[in-house]
Amino acid sequence: STFKSLPIPWSERRRKKLRKRERDFEFSAWHFLAFSQMRVCVCLCTDVSAQEQPELFLKKLQQCCAVFDFMDTLSDLKMKEYKRSTLNELVDYVTVSRGYLTEQAYPEVVKMVSYNIFRTLPPSDSNEFDPEEDEPTLEASWPHLQLVYEFFIRFLESQEFQPSIAKKYIDQKFVLQLLELFDSEDPRERDYLKTVLHRIYGKFLGLRAFIRKQINNIFLRFVYETEHFNGVAELLEILGSIINGFALPLKAEHKQFLVKVLIPLHTVRSLSLFHAQLAYCIVQFLEKDPALTEPVIGGLLKFWPKTCSQKEVMFLGELEEILDVIEPTQFVKIQDPLFKQISKCVSSPHFQVAERALYYWNNEYIMSLIEENSNVILPIMFTSLYRISKEHWNPAIVALVYNVLKAFMEMNSTLFDELTSTYKSDRQREKKKEKEREELWKRLEDLELKRSLQSDGIIPT
Amino acid sequence: MAGADSDDSLYPIAVLIDELRNEDVQLRLNSIKKLSTIALALGVERTRTELLPFLTDTIYDEDEVLLALAEQLGNFTMLVGGPEYVHCLLPPLESLATVEETVVRDKAVESLRKISHEHSPVDLEVHFEPLVKRLASGDWFTSRTSACGLFSVCYPRVSSTVKAEIRQHFRTLCSDDTPMVRRAAASKLGEFAKVLELEYVKSDIISLFTALASDEQDSVRLLAVEAGVSIATLLPQEDLEALVMPTLRQAAEDKSWRVRYMVADKFSDLQKAVGPEITKNDLVPAFQNLLKDCEAEVRAAAANKVKEFCENLPEDSRETIIMTHILPCVKELVSDTNQHVKSALASVIMGLSTILGKDNTIEHLLPLFLAQLKDECPEVRLNIISNLDCVNEVIGIRQLSQSLLPAIVELAEDAKWRVRLAIIEYMPLLAGQLGVEFFDEKLNSLCMAWLVDHVYAIREAATCNLMKLVEKFGAEWAQNTIVPKVLGMANDPNYLHRMTTLFCINALSEVCGQEITTKHMLPVVFKMSNDQVANVRFNVAKSLQKIGPVLDSNCLQTEVKPVLEKLASDQDIDVKYFAQEAISVLSLA
Repeated sequence: STFKSLPIPWSERRRKKLRKRERDFEFSAWHFLAFSQMRVCVCLCTDVSAQEQPELFLKKLQQCCAVFDFMDTLSDLKMKEYKRSTLNELVDYVTVSRGYLTEQAYPEVVKMVSYNIFRTLPPSDSNEFDPEEDEPTLEASWPHLQLVYEFFIRFLESQEFQPSIAKKYIDQKFVLQLLELFDSEDPRERDYLKTVLHRIYGKFLGLRAFIRKQINNIFLRFVYETEHFNGVAELLEILGSIINGFALPLKAEHKQFLVKVLIPLHTVRSLSLFHAQLAYCIVQFLEKDPALTEPVIGGLLKFWPKTCSQKEVMFLGELEEILDVIEPTQFVKIQDPLFKQISKCVSSPHFQVAERALYYWNNEYIMSLIEENSNVILPIMFTSLYRISKEHWNPAIVALVYNVLKAFMEMNSTLFDELTSTYKSDRQREKKKEKEREELWKRLEDLELKRSLQSDGIIPT
Repeated sequence: MAGADSDDSLYPIAVLIDELRNEDVQLRLNSIKKLSTIALALGVERTRTELLPFLTDTIYDEDEVLLALAEQLGNFTMLVGGPEYVHCLLPPLESLATVEETVVRDKAVESLRKISHEHSPVDLEVHFEPLVKRLASGDWFTSRTSACGLFSVCYPRVSSTVKAEIRQHFRTLCSDDTPMVRRAAASKLGEFAKVLELEYVKSDIISLFTALASDEQDSVRLLAVEAGVSIATLLPQEDLEALVMPTLRQAAEDKSWRVRYMVADKFSDLQKAVGPEITKNDLVPAFQNLLKDCEAEVRAAAANKVKEFCENLPEDSRETIIMTHILPCVKELVSDTNQHVKSALASVIMGLSTILGKDNTIEHLLPLFLAQLKDECPEVRLNIISNLDCVNEVIGIRQLSQSLLPAIVELAEDAKWRVRLAIIEYMPLLAGQLGVEFFDEKLNSLCMAWLVDHVYAIREAATCNLMKLVEKFGAEWAQNTIVPKVLGMANDPNYLHRMTTLFCINALSEVCGQEITTKHMLPVVFKMSNDQVANVRFNVAKSLQKIGPVLDSNCLQTEVKPVLEKLASDQDIDVKYFAQEAISVLSLA
């Protein structure tokens, strides 16, 4: 067999707890009985004739519907081992056999898989499971579960597999339950689920829109309601390849998904866990349709992190990926708000943020875009650069800023000199404006006070 | 801007709007938070014709700004000219109610609900209800979600034709195809049911409730549980069994633990809503099941409700039900494998003694209390100890004292300082219940040991504890038992312990009174003013400042003043500072 038996990690609480599997108990019990009675020591592939194989295959599928309690590490050891070897047989059988997939087999396969993998996921061990800090709780029944997933993938990938028959059993309800499992804390399970869902998406055209819509809902709930879902990275990985296959021109549905779902995903606290996959999806979209650049960058700027420097660095990284593929005509549309933000980043007191932003000037393509538009960008950037070249605490940042200033000087020396000479008067003008604002508000507040006194009848009108 | 002074209402709107458009988010936010000031400057008419259209058009902003705007608009009625014009506020709030960010949307709905009451019945039908309908049939889920919260505020005040439409819209949203909307509808179902006529509760609401309670998503089903409780309070007793109970029974056995958790969490409300008969027949077995649930989360939620559930049982059968049905489950929970379950139980179990009376408590509950007092988890022991007063009233604490003592001692020495801190906080309560004799014999030494704990927070709490004990047992007791020990620490080689003496004096001088302070404490303080550690010396200055008000003026002038003056010329800058401060506070200069 190709499967190593992995050690079962346990947590104190899980080990002690007797967890009943939440499913149709009567059915399980019945199957369990059947399981022990029908225990047949014939091997599916080698021990019986080709004619008898399909029937034995069905029997073994039914046997494997019995689910065991892995919380209790000592119970039913023989039975568990027997099921494990049966599952192994099933895996081998669907891999090597030909002509095994009768129509009757489809519902039995789906039933067996459903009985084994669909369950209400248990509450997390730690009160506030933090995927960045805590060790995930691994699924105790993995020795069986893994083989069931393996079997199902081989079944879906088998040459004899016919989606037209399977779609009666692999339906919307099946997919919905499958998607809920992506919240599993066990990364091994999520990895298998990813492959399963990917195969189903590929083979069942009728389910595609439904799958996309449900992923939509999962993400929206994640962003706006719970901020908790373990499988976001895996789902985004699948979406990455789905987006890749979108036909042009993009449907309104897909654009809405980008703007209303993918962009808001950037606001989530645990962004670092799925940022790479998310950025990949975004760039895929922009490569498909460059006209989306404006809403995407507008969205990123709207959700720009205010207090989390770590996230700010991620945003800057993603922005560079976008700039790498941006069309010059699109760049012109967004350069103004974009460089206002970059100018804030280069003057960030957090040196990693400033450094990440200043690295843009090492990117040849970005440099060429800046150069073409130096008339617009230089005035936006100048004030921040000039100020931090004198004030920043970190010498490495100051050095980088000098290089950037030097580059600007070479690009457009006339404008540069002009900005240098007006730097002081600009600052003074700003201060004056600030003072005017303060006075305006003071007068407004006096007015409010006066009005409220009037309405209280203290000052007669 | 010149000339604006002469006529307040002529502030150019452009200037004000510039403020709302400022590039700096923080400034924009500040301006929005003062939107009422701007409106005031513009006057009601220009607020209606110029400011509100501007706000409606420029809704795309940072969520934080939008949140402030949504909140402001809820209090804007007077600024647009009173209830007559309140409908002018609807367009910007309608846009805000469709925003993605939940907090913004919720705030917009809150403001809409608020101003709905300020609409006349005619305006409600002409302006408000059409808005609700537009939201309810919006393309994107956000507007439909917001609509769910608005039905109940307009329903009572509109004509019967419009009522029928509203019911239809609510029905549609309950079977919306996005779960977000179904969740919003489920969470507002109870509220909506309350404003409906009983016949429609029976015909419409029940079927919606049943459908939501069997939704494919557990996040929807669990919200239906709460609605079920509200609905049950609305229906006459004879309809409950047929209309609500089948669904609630099913929820209590739902395959998702989240739904069962919700049932456990709402169990007391449910019990009150369905009344004594159904409680006896249905809820008792359901509660037993929840107490034995396979998920710890559910057991803990149910354990939390044990006392309340028992309290609210019908009086005629209360004791029998508790003794035969509930207590056996409770007994099992005492040795549950999960500490959260045990600790939830420990926080309520003592309350059962008042319900069951003396004999039952001694025979059945006492062994459980004792077992929990020996539990391996400190939180369980603490929860028992912190609720001792309930038992004290019924059987007196003596019954427990044998086991109490080892438990207290063990907690007092727990390796976690937070556990030690928690037990210190219960000391005054325990002392009151156990009496002075028992205290002196068994607990006094513990209280003194905490004074030399290596964690400052514990020493500080121990000091405060001494003060509370003196308040309970009196000054004479203090002089005989704790004051000598406290003062003895003034000679400790560890300066931290010497400082503890000063902290104790600070805390005790007032409750001990002038005589003890002057005669016993003050000399020790004076002696410590020569301490070689500066920290001790400046704490002497602080102590003198603290106990000064307790002393008579003669003593202050002749004894305290010279000591403080000496400290005020200390080499150490901090000692000087605090000495001078004490001199000025006590007016000794």
